[in-house]
Amino acid sequence: MTYVYFPGCSLTSTGRGYHESLQEVCRALEVPIQELEDWNCCGATSYMAVDESKAFALSARNLALAERLGNGSTQMMVPCAACYLGLNKAQHYLQEFPAIRGKVDKALAAAGLAYSGRVQIRHPLDIFIKDIGRDKIAARVAKPLAGLKVACYYGCQLVRPYAEFDDQHNPTTMETIMTVLGAEVIDWPLKTRCCGGSLTGTIEDVGLRLSYIILTEAQKRGADLVATACPLCQFNLECYQGKMNGRFGLNGKVPVAYFTQLMGLAFGLSNKSLGLNRLFVPLPERRAVAAGGGAHVRG
Amino acid sequence: MSAVNASPNGTPKVGVYVCHCGINIAGVIDVTKVVEFAKTLPNVTVAQEYKFMCSDPGQELIQKDLKDGKIDRVVVASCSPLMHEPTFRRAMAACGGNPFLFQMANIREHVSWVNKEKGSATEKAKALVAAAVRRVVFHKPLQKTQVPVNSDVLIVGGGISGIHAALTMADAGRKVYLVEREPTIGGHMAKFDKTFPTLDCSACILTPKMSQVRAHPNITLWTYSEVAEIEGYVGNFKARVRRKPKYVDEGLCVGCLECIEACIFKKGKFKDEFNVGLSLRKPIYVPFPQATPLVAVIDPETCAFFRTGKCKQTCAEVCERKAIDFNQKEEIKEINVGAIILATGFKTFDASRIARYGYGKYPTVYTSLEVERLVNAAGPTGGEVLLPNGQKPKAVGIVHCVGSRDEKTNRYCSRVCCMYSLKLAHLIHERTGAEVYNFYIDMRTPGKGYEEFYDRLMKENVHFIRGRVAEVSDWAMTPEEEGKLVIRAEDTLVGAVRRIPVDMVVLSVGLEPQPDADEVRRRFNISCSTEGWFLERHPKLAPVSTFTDGIFLAGACQGPKDIPDCVAQAGAAAAEALAMIDRGHVELEPNTAFVTEEFCSGCKTCVPLCPYSAISFDTSKNKAVVNGALCKGCGTCVAACPSGALQQNLFTDEEIFNEIEGVVKYV
Amino acid sequence: MEKWQGWDKIQYEAGLDPHFGTKIASIPGGDKLLACIQCGTCSGVCPLSPYMDYTPRQIVAMIRAGFKAEVLSSYTTWLCASCYSCTVECPKEIKITDVMYAVKRMAIQEGVYPKRFPTPVLASEFFHSVEKTGRSTESWLLVRMYLKTNPFKMLKQAMLGFNLWRRGRMGVGVESIKRKDELHRLFTAMENETRAERRAGQEVRP
Repeated sequence: MTYVYFPGCSLTSTGRGYHESLQEVCRALEVPIQELEDWNCCGATSYMAVDESKAFALSARNLALAERLGNGSTQMMVPCAACYLGLNKAQHYLQEFPAIRGKVDKALAAAGLAYSGRVQIRHPLDIFIKDIGRDKIAARVAKPLAGLKVACYYGCQLVRPYAEFDDQHNPTTMETIMTVLGAEVIDWPLKTRCCGGSLTGTIEDVGLRLSYIILTEAQKRGADLVATACPLCQFNLECYQGKMNGRFGLNGKVPVAYFTQLMGLAFGLSNKSLGLNRLFVPLPERRAVAAGGGAHVRG
Repeated sequence: MSAVNASPNGTPKVGVYVCHCGINIAGVIDVTKVVEFAKTLPNVTVAQEYKFMCSDPGQELIQKDLKDGKIDRVVVASCSPLMHEPTFRRAMAACGGNPFLFQMANIREHVSWVNKEKGSATEKAKALVAAAVRRVVFHKPLQKTQVPVNSDVLIVGGGISGIHAALTMADAGRKVYLVEREPTIGGHMAKFDKTFPTLDCSACILTPKMSQVRAHPNITLWTYSEVAEIEGYVGNFKARVRRKPKYVDEGLCVGCLECIEACIFKKGKFKDEFNVGLSLRKPIYVPFPQATPLVAVIDPETCAFFRTGKCKQTCAEVCERKAIDFNQKEEIKEINVGAIILATGFKTFDASRIARYGYGKYPTVYTSLEVERLVNAAGPTGGEVLLPNGQKPKAVGIVHCVGSRDEKTNRYCSRVCCMYSLKLAHLIHERTGAEVYNFYIDMRTPGKGYEEFYDRLMKENVHFIRGRVAEVSDWAMTPEEEGKLVIRAEDTLVGAVRRIPVDMVVLSVGLEPQPDADEVRRRFNISCSTEGWFLERHPKLAPVSTFTDGIFLAGACQGPKDIPDCVAQAGAAAAEALAMIDRGHVELEPNTAFVTEEFCSGCKTCVPLCPYSAISFDTSKNKAVVNGALCKGCGTCVAACPSGALQQNLFTDEEIFNEIEGVVKYV
Repeated sequence: MEKWQGWDKIQYEAGLDPHFGTKIASIPGGDKLLACIQCGTCSGVCPLSPYMDYTPRQIVAMIRAGFKAEVLSSYTTWLCASCYSCTVECPKEIKITDVMYAVKRMAIQEGVYPKRFPTPVLASEFFHSVEKTGRSTESWLLVRMYLKTNPFKMLKQAMLGFNLWRRGRMGVGVESIKRKDELHRLFTAMENETRAERRAGQEVRP
């Protein structure tokens, strides 16, 4: 079965490394994916603040286009947490509230589209664990991430309020995958706490503070790096570290990588194909990792 | 067709009385129009309206017309028969009328409370009155039957409620069977150290009652036992009680505890249920020093002899009275009783269901029941509040409403948590000198001396923060928070979020129905509320009765309750049961099924269908026979009978068809 | 510290909007708002509440009591990052995040949000760019927001932009879908539906 791949706007720019590594990992695991043709913005967080019904219409167009591709049961792979939430929210509201559904149906019809509600919106974490399975992932591991201590960070919108593939308070899917890759995972309480979202760009002080809290806690618990599953989380946690350093005294630098990049590394794929060259804070030396001598955080 | 044996001159005379119920009915229905309409109906000789028919003057209207011979049958158009049918039937009987020549038209619940439009409401009321008038003409002057009542009582559950009910009944001279599932009676109260708001010692007031139960000549106490089956009906129940083997002869054991000392396990190794897992016990144990009966129990799940067959049986060797009996078997006792009181209690909310509070994750997060054991002098720490590291906490947070007032867990307020949290706050503060923080949504202290106790705690410098706790976690933001648990909550009275570092967290867990409440409910054929609590017959006027006659409720099995309320309710249940028993007989409603023998073909369809085993089969006559005492009038057999031989009093075909016709013809 | 000015803190009924609460509660599933017990769980779990002028709990209380002017001009909703913690934890199952969205929409419609505050500007810019092209282009979005709020800050962000560009994480072109006409028809139909609802008096939602 081919998954309909919905990258979303961020994966074409700041989150390009996610885009690249996800496709590479899917290829390695023989998961067939096909990018949704002419997809549009999911509506995201900001759109909902201006016009709710248009936000639902935006999501509905994507869902309608995806439904057209599958024969009654389209599986849509959505890596961005904000898109995952936005599409899921539209799906839930269309199901729960007939008034919204009626309105959206009419608007879709005016654009020559229709949506009957049969697309399943799924995150790659969900697909990798439930559909592909840990055995198949384990079988693909060529260079285990031995000695690497990973803080798995899910952020907020991936698990709240709609994710059903994992526990809302203590998700463990990413930990399972990291363990299969040979890495060590740390137990920490902030894995679903908000990174600040778009506030880093608008009200910088506050946004940075939230990201800083997450990074220092990961450091305190001995993590060598933070693994993320959301482009905005990755951007916030990684790209503002210089500022956090100056403002709050963040201690050194903490690599922040997409979980797909780490999967690719363990599969033995090249740094470039995984978009690792796009990181601001480079990952710990692979030699050190492979030698099992423990990774160090570069200052 | 005529069924007018109560009308001496051959024609039925129906009186119709339409009630205003204040404005409950008259506010929506044009009562006068209904009366005028009733006057036009066949057989109606009197029709009038009154403000409150259920009042004495209202009833007297009916009685006067009956005595004057103006009427011999009555239709009252008012509220639900559940509410006042007994009232009007009594009024008729009091002046010599037959109470079953009566029919109610429910124009309140079925009309005025659910219809807003006056015109159509009045029309619907007329239709219901027409139906009642047509029906009542066919009513027969039935008689209630009386059956004698067995004066023995079964009480299920040996917590404070069951104990109090048992002693009350036994003191009144009734023979009581008290059945308890655990090895000892005492229930939750036996686990507490102090009771609110007086802080009197729980054991000091409970254990004398426990030994009274043990010693009372009228009480048969069966612990480690469960009611397996119930048959029969009010006044004449038959119960089968399963007595699990303790592997220790209760008649021989004197509770010297030598066997426990002698067990091949030199130390406790298994979770002690009585101490809610805070200490370890041996396979042979007594739950606590004042256990009643004070008899050792062997747990076959953990006993080496039962698990491997290889054990030196040092316990049996050391017992001089030879009380230990590895061959003891489960016993079934069969008893006959007239009344049953259910006092099966509650369970506490499983705190691990709320992940944010860290129960099961952080070892210094406790439930309130665990802390009850910690502060208990007979508990695992001898009454000292000690953390797993052996130290006293310096700061303690008490989190209210855990598993209460929450759509995701339980919607209701558990009623006792505010008060027991205050008590624990006092005890912890007293024993450790720690700063104690209570996090509450609303303080609920209605009760004698309760608000005063709250006042006292505030003066004791215990902190009160109005805000539901958001999370308990171990990430520190300041040096003071390092190594502590941090409670995060909004102080809603200040309007600021606070982070408070503590060494110990107490989760004030709510009360929930017992996990097997639904099973028990089915066994005793009673109802449960949506939350799973046993349902009382009426929330205000019959709070200890159930919809099954002869079965009463006491204590927290009916809903969250504190000790004073449990005891009050147990006393009430005992009084209701006594009233029923002392009458010596019960009257059975005549709305039972009966067989018209000439139509019965002997097909036996009805026999297995009856949920109350009230139908037997007479093989000599080849006919079905209904036992009127067992029949509850559910109508299942009547509907199933292929030949129409089974009919039911007050629901005969002609009564039902005429009622329907009354509605249909009018409409 | 501000000089004492003799602030009159009393709130007169005439200054309140008695329909504000029911209007906000008319969002899908919004009626639960009326059952709030003011427990403060929302504020407690909110990672942003320490930076807000009113805590989320206070906002709910003010909405119910009709403090429309204060709520719409408050910074609270614009600090909400939509992390849904409150929605998930509320013991009364109030969709607080959606309540915040409703307040944001009303504030934008009525033009009463805090002036030159970046969050509402970002939301509006995002909205307009997606309406035009069907996608958002992060670089241009930020540029327009800084121009409208604090152009000086853009200079401070130039280094970050350069670093992103160097790593191929930010382009200079504008992202767009192909069938913009399809999207346009969809939006126009949606606007017509909303107008029709308003005319019929059905749409009371903010």
